[in-house]
Amino acid sequence: MTNTAIGRPKSGVDPRLTRRAFLGAGLGVGGALLVGFHVPAAGAAAAGKGPFAPNAFIRIDRNGAITLIMPQVEMGQGVYTSVAMILAEELDAAFEQVTLEHAPPNDKLYGNPVFGIQVTGNSNSIRAFWMPLRKAAAQARDLLVQAASRVWKVDPSGIRTESSTAIHEASGKRLAYAALIDHVDGLTPSKNPPLKDPKDFKLIGKPLKRLDTPDKVVGKAVYGIDVMPPGVKFATIAACPVFGGKVGKVDDSKAKTVPGVRQVLVLDEFVAVVGDHMWAAKQGLGALDITWNEGSNAAISSADVWKQARAASEQEGAVAKIVGDAAKALTQGEVHEAVYELPFLAHATMEPLNCTVHVTPTSCEVWVGIQVLSRAQAVAAKVTGLPLDKVTVHNHLIGGGFGRRLETDFVEKAVLVAKQVDGPVKVVWTREEDIQHDIYRPVYLDRLSASVADGRIVGWKHRITGSSIIARWLPPAFQKGIDIDAIDCAADVPYDIANLRVEYVRAEPPAVPTGFWRGVGPNNNVFAIESFIDELARKSQKDPVAFRRDLLGNAPRLKAALDVAAEKAGWGSPLPPRTGRGVAVQTAFGSFIATVAQVHVDERGGVRVQRIISAVDTGIVVNPDTVIAQLQGGLVFGVTAALYGKIDIENGRVRQSNFHDYRMLRINEMPQIEVHLIKSGEAPGGIGETGTTAAPPALANALFAATGIRLRRLPVDREVLSGRRPA
Amino acid sequence: MIELRINGESKSVDVPSDMPLLWVLRDVLGLTGTKFGCGIAQCGACTVHVNGDAVRSCVLPVGSIGERSITTIEAVGATAPGAAVQKAWLDLEVVQCGYCQSGQIMSASALLRTMPHPNDADIDAAMAGNICRCGTYARIREAIKKAAQAG
Repeated sequence: MTNTAIGRPKSGVDPRLTRRAFLGAGLGVGGALLVGFHVPAAGAAAAGKGPFAPNAFIRIDRNGAITLIMPQVEMGQGVYTSVAMILAEELDAAFEQVTLEHAPPNDKLYGNPVFGIQVTGNSNSIRAFWMPLRKAAAQARDLLVQAASRVWKVDPSGIRTESSTAIHEASGKRLAYAALIDHVDGLTPSKNPPLKDPKDFKLIGKPLKRLDTPDKVVGKAVYGIDVMPPGVKFATIAACPVFGGKVGKVDDSKAKTVPGVRQVLVLDEFVAVVGDHMWAAKQGLGALDITWNEGSNAAISSADVWKQARAASEQEGAVAKIVGDAAKALTQGEVHEAVYELPFLAHATMEPLNCTVHVTPTSCEVWVGIQVLSRAQAVAAKVTGLPLDKVTVHNHLIGGGFGRRLETDFVEKAVLVAKQVDGPVKVVWTREEDIQHDIYRPVYLDRLSASVADGRIVGWKHRITGSSIIARWLPPAFQKGIDIDAIDCAADVPYDIANLRVEYVRAEPPAVPTGFWRGVGPNNNVFAIESFIDELARKSQKDPVAFRRDLLGNAPRLKAALDVAAEKAGWGSPLPPRTGRGVAVQTAFGSFIATVAQVHVDERGGVRVQRIISAVDTGIVVNPDTVIAQLQGGLVFGVTAALYGKIDIENGRVRQSNFHDYRMLRINEMPQIEVHLIKSGEAPGGIGETGTTAAPPALANALFAATGIRLRRLPVDREVLSGRRPA
Repeated sequence: MIELRINGESKSVDVPSDMPLLWVLRDVLGLTGTKFGCGIAQCGACTVHVNGDAVRSCVLPVGSIGERSITTIEAVGATAPGAAVQKAWLDLEVVQCGYCQSGQIMSASALLRTMPHPNDADIDAAMAGNICRCGTYARIREAIKKAAQAG
């Protein structure tokens, strides 16, 4: 496959494609997300000299080029390769002939079947597009076989396909797909063309090299921040440091003397300096004398946030799940209670937020890397007042999304700037602005209580308290007071528990905006549940692996993963002093994962994560090396959060500002990581966020094993671990 | 005007002498392979070579470079360590989002130039200044060892 299209998205997809209704999806009742996806019944064959475009995803040109109109964006998770593999597999296309083109903004054609809009998130690119893309490719292949049958006047059953070629075995005749596209006129594709038996897969399951890598190792890959339209100017911005504050007075006299500064723009909520390059813009911004109207949030601190969350968690919540009678069961046996707390987190994508925009009286062109393409178009249309069809958005490679680029605030701000600039302008946020004006992973508070008798959990109550991101981000999905993301992995706890009650209390933090962060709801719930299960095991004087095993009778795939992880980790074998192993299991994003972490804690509370072993059953694996890479990286992301991740609020503003005080794990702190894939014939699961969810509870449980100290709050507190401060 | 020697070519740029090299490369010369990550030499995304040594270009005033030669990710493949590192990166499929990898490759190739067979501690010392948010560190370490063997 050539990858000339990667990172250099072409606009102007054949407009005929956009007229073909291809998929319909939407939210079902009761807050459940409904998957709906329809391949058109009528044959949509090429007319005249156009390419063959049987549906919105596939285009075959006369020169043999096969183009995948790529609905999902590449942000490191390898979808450009794995999604292309799915398409090429069912189409029997020669992989090297397939090129990618970013889909244009269009929810109808390219909406994620799970959300109904164009979203790359929730670890679901493969899960969501697995069947639709296979079906679309199989239908295209079916039309090409029919065309070959027409040309050769033979029965289609005698025709097979391979490497973009139709082959009639009996006569030895062969025709390339490109030669068949003039013969599809009037043909009707089979409604349900047969899909390949997984045992016949030629590409799926092979560790193929990623298509986006070659450009990335030579500096040629084009991320949003690298776009350079002719005549582009550069801008950087500052919003009021206090959340919700506005711009008051601005004295720009010094800024205007900075060489290269072109414009100072004072908007309602932020100021921008436009210059010949980022340095001029940055120097200019620093030279501004700004008086902010800090507004009503200027006194808020983290202590207020927690006080409010703790008070909210005392109230009864909306009921997410009831099994049996938890209240009654919690009066029996030995009852154990615990509260777990997770902090605000910033995303800190390596590519700082940026967006390039060119506004004219009649058009708006946007260059960006974003997880929600159609929303970027909509917000640009809203800010400019232009109709949607006058707004072009080019999507690009993303230098880290992690949920931050599921938002459009940075597009909105860039368009506001561009409206006042003659020609294109690239708005780049400084790292400080990026950390201090993120849309943060919310604080969560989990109250758990359980009664245990004879090593079994008799009663279970879990109350989750936190912001509802869904209520803001996908309002129709927020129903009956339940945030389906916030309860994910809690309502469907994998353990065999006869009496269970799960509640959700929506508690929006004062001032601080909240959004999705890699691992989303499961991050919180898996941390709380797996920490609590560990506490219950210890209380019952049972081995944490054995305790879990006994409760996983209804989760055989998870149990199998646990067995593999325990064995590979040498669970139970002796360890040196102040060294311990911890285990955590999860069924999240459609994947079954067990993780064992091994840590050492020194006398001063310093933590060394030595080893992490994960066993994963994620169903059919499209590209195994990508799955392993996502687990490895996801685990590092989770360890980073558990060891260091914390955003503090002081005087209505974020205290941290850059990588010196919002720390990342570095190579010298890197544990040894092993990932074991369990072979499976089930439908593919999601993988991009799973490691992030898995690492923190495994780590916290290992810290307990090493020190006897239970950490119920993250990040890890070294003062507590050293015994200098009580837990 | 400031004269620079970049990737074997002479370039004249009309910029303030205190302007960091990063922005000269990216915004003036259009060499966008070198990335902006933090602006305070904390993340390593902007790493380039100055006379072969790894330097954070986001804090390097362009006026301080003088006649020293600058190499960026776009040209590091012309050096033996650079080519070996890039090949190892491809062979071991190191990259995820890739945004930090220009800087990682520049730091790794500078390491191999002065230390053809680094041990784990050497790798830690040379690479700890480069953050990878995708967490590709294990593969980075292996790829450096592989590149060292190839050299």
